[in-house]
This record gives sequence, structure tokens and C-alpha cells, in this order.
Amino acid sequence: MINLTPQLKTQQLTDPMQPEPFRVKRVMKESYDTFTLEMEPVNSERLFTFAPGQFNMLYIFGVGEIPISISGDPNQPAMLVHTTRIVGAVTKAMSKLKAGDVLGVRGPFGTGWPVSAAKGCDVVLVAGGIGLAPLRPVLYQMLAHRDRYGKVVLLYGCRSPEDILFRKELEKWRARFDLEIFVTVDYGDSDWHGNVGVVTKLIPKAPFDALNAVTMVCGPEVMMRFTAIELQKRGVQGDAIALSMERNMKCAIGLCGHCQFGPTFICKDGPVFTYPQLQSWLAQWEI
Amino acid sequence: MKTLDELLHEHEFFKGFKPEHLELMAGCATNVIFEAGEYIFREGENADVFYVIRHGHVTLEIHDPRRGPIAIDTLQENDVLGWSWLFAPYQWHFDAKAVKLTRAVAMDGKCLRTKCENDHTLGYLMMQRFATVLADRLQQTRLQVLKLYD
Repeated sequence: MINLTPQLKTQQLTDPMQPEPFRVKRVMKESYDTFTLEMEPVNSERLFTFAPGQFNMLYIFGVGEIPISISGDPNQPAMLVHTTRIVGAVTKAMSKLKAGDVLGVRGPFGTGWPVSAAKGCDVVLVAGGIGLAPLRPVLYQMLAHRDRYGKVVLLYGCRSPEDILFRKELEKWRARFDLEIFVTVDYGDSDWHGNVGVVTKLIPKAPFDALNAVTMVCGPEVMMRFTAIELQKRGVQGDAIALSMERNMKCAIGLCGHCQFGPTFICKDGPVFTYPQLQSWLAQWEI
Repeated sequence: MKTLDELLHEHEFFKGFKPEHLELMAGCATNVIFEAGEYIFREGENADVFYVIRHGHVTLEIHDPRRGPIAIDTLQENDVLGWSWLFAPYQWHFDAKAVKLTRAVAMDGKCLRTKCENDHTLGYLMMQRFATVLADRLQQTRLQVLKLYD
């Protein structure tokens, strides 16, 4: 049985409520509604260390502040990278940022993916839609220390071929002999020659040892619920399944209570949890 | 070269079937190969067969006059293609196309239905297996219509 202990929090800013200015270096369009921001601290000596799975509060001055997971490489602390979908006023304003613009950053906050606990095990990452972004740092980390892990498998599902995130990177990883990448879409046109169907469909045939695997799942809650069930059907222990939760986080340090989920605060006790920590709450209404 | 009942025995779908049942079913089986891009069947055609896929990749499509073919599901090694042979009016509901070279065993539906009528144990086993396939596909379709990733 694999016991997943969430990683220790990395060092945060001195005052967790004080945003630090970061300058946009590059904005990349990932799909019609998704984009990636690359940022550098205005104070150029600052290195931004984080654990894969952690998030930041990004503040667009005069518009608002929202939590977004870090999607960049933890081994490149000079560059802060976030990927998000346009869903509201703040992300819409964020999508219009240009190189040179400044925004506020608080963080990093929360627990990370169980990257250390996965050493010596097969690792299965299951991502749905924008859920690939918080898992990308795990892949960077594992590729940097590839010999520490068994098979590394990514199962990724999204709506259509146009919605595939980090497409070029996925193609590059797919060409490697030490990564197994499987992508599926809900529907495809005649140009799509890959898998069609929901991401849970990939689990029964994915090449990993269920009894010695650590799995990390990120996507909408319904997707994670059914993925956890399918992983268990395959033989993965419940406590070898880690999920990343999303809620309306405001303070990000467990004071305001906006992100309470059952007995936990997503911002400080999560966002990464083990499945047994969440299982009884996932199917609850009005929570 | 492997015999047809050996090929059936190796397939996930027939796991646990008794050798005498496999032998019986092998009498309804033929080895088939489809080239990449070849249509295996088309919507509305008679469904007098099903396929156990040994190797390859098959896509199930619906043709929309405005959008062209829309892939709604894909099947691979160890999957079963087609259940319309089981129920009247025995017609395919979708198009099935081999995306790459696909090797399969084609099972004659009429022949199998007769054998299932004559041997109810075999018939029950087949119904049990197909019910599992149908339940899985139904569950996946439910998740698909949920727009799971929004």
C-alpha cells in the first residue's frame, strides 16, 4: 500500500497577503479559449520555487484576483508560468495582457502532487481539459529525474482535437521511448486519427502496474470522481490516487473560509488530496 | 499458424469460455483484414456479423452532411466491434472505419444466433458478455454527453 503524504509547502512570500509585481514576458494562445502567461519578477533577483501542484493568486489590478495552478517547470525558478481558460472577468482581462504588462502574484500556496512518494513506482497522470496544466510540472519534474520512476503514463482527455493543450510538447513527449502518452477526445473530425471517447476509457488498457502505481488526477470534479472509480476497478489502491481540487479561493491561507470543502480548506489543506480524504465528500450536494 | 479457436481463446472478450464453446463458435468465425481507411460497415447495412479486434484501430462514425464524418468512438485490440447482429432489425447504426491496418476475427451473426438458440448456456454467456460491453459503452456515452471537461 502506498501512503501519499502531500509535500511540504515551499517558501512563500514574507507577507502572504501582499502581492508581488511580476512582468509578463510572453502570452501564448493554447486554444481558442486557453492561454499561457510567462512572467518574471519585477525584482529580477527573486527566484520562484514551487512544488508541482501548487497555485498562485494572480491579481489583475483594478479587476480582481483569482487562484491559478502553476503550469511551468519547477526546475526553472526564474520563470513563472500559468495556463488558464477564459471563464470570467479576471481571466478575460488576463488574456488581453501583453509583454511588459505587470500583475500581482501571491504564492505559491497549498500542497503539491506526491512526486516524492512516487519514486520507484509507475506513475499515471490522468488529466481532463485544462487539468493538464497543473500536471505539467509533474512531467517536467519526472523527466528531469527520469531514472527515479517506473513507467510514466499520461492519459489526457479533452473535448475535441482543437482543445488539446500543449500540443507541440505532447507530440515531443510522445516521441520519447520513456513516456507513454495517450490522448482522447469526445468527438473528432476526419482529420483526427487518435482515440475517441472519455478519458476513463483509456484506464483499463493503459500500460502500468496497478499494484505499484501512484496516480495523479486533475480535471473537473465529475471527471475525477469517475476516474478514481475506474482506477480502483483496475486495481489501484484508493490511497495511491491523488486529486487536485478547485474552489473559489480568496485569501489562500485558510482564513476566509471561501474554499471550505467538508472539513477541509482547499487552499491550505489542498489543493492536492488523496482520494480517501475526499471520497465521502465528492458526491455530496451543496458543498 | 494459430487456429480460429486459439485466436478466440486469446481474446479478452472470450476469457473464461470453455474450450468446447470456443470450438463451437470457431465454426462461425473467419479471419479478416481491413486496410487503413477501409470502411468495415456502413450505417443501414445488414448487420450479420460482429468482429473481435486482434490488432488495429477502428473508428465509429456518424456522417453529418454539413460537418462530414464525426468520430464518436474508437475501438482497438481486444475490443469487440458491433452488437447490432444481436437484435432485430439487424442493421448497423453507425459507420465503422479502419484507421490503420486492422486484423480481426469476423463472427457470423446468423450462425452464432442459431448456436445460441440450440445451446442456451452458450447463449447466456454471450448475452452476459455483450451486456457488459453495452453497459460500458452506455456509461462512457453518458460521460461523453456530460461534457466532462467543461
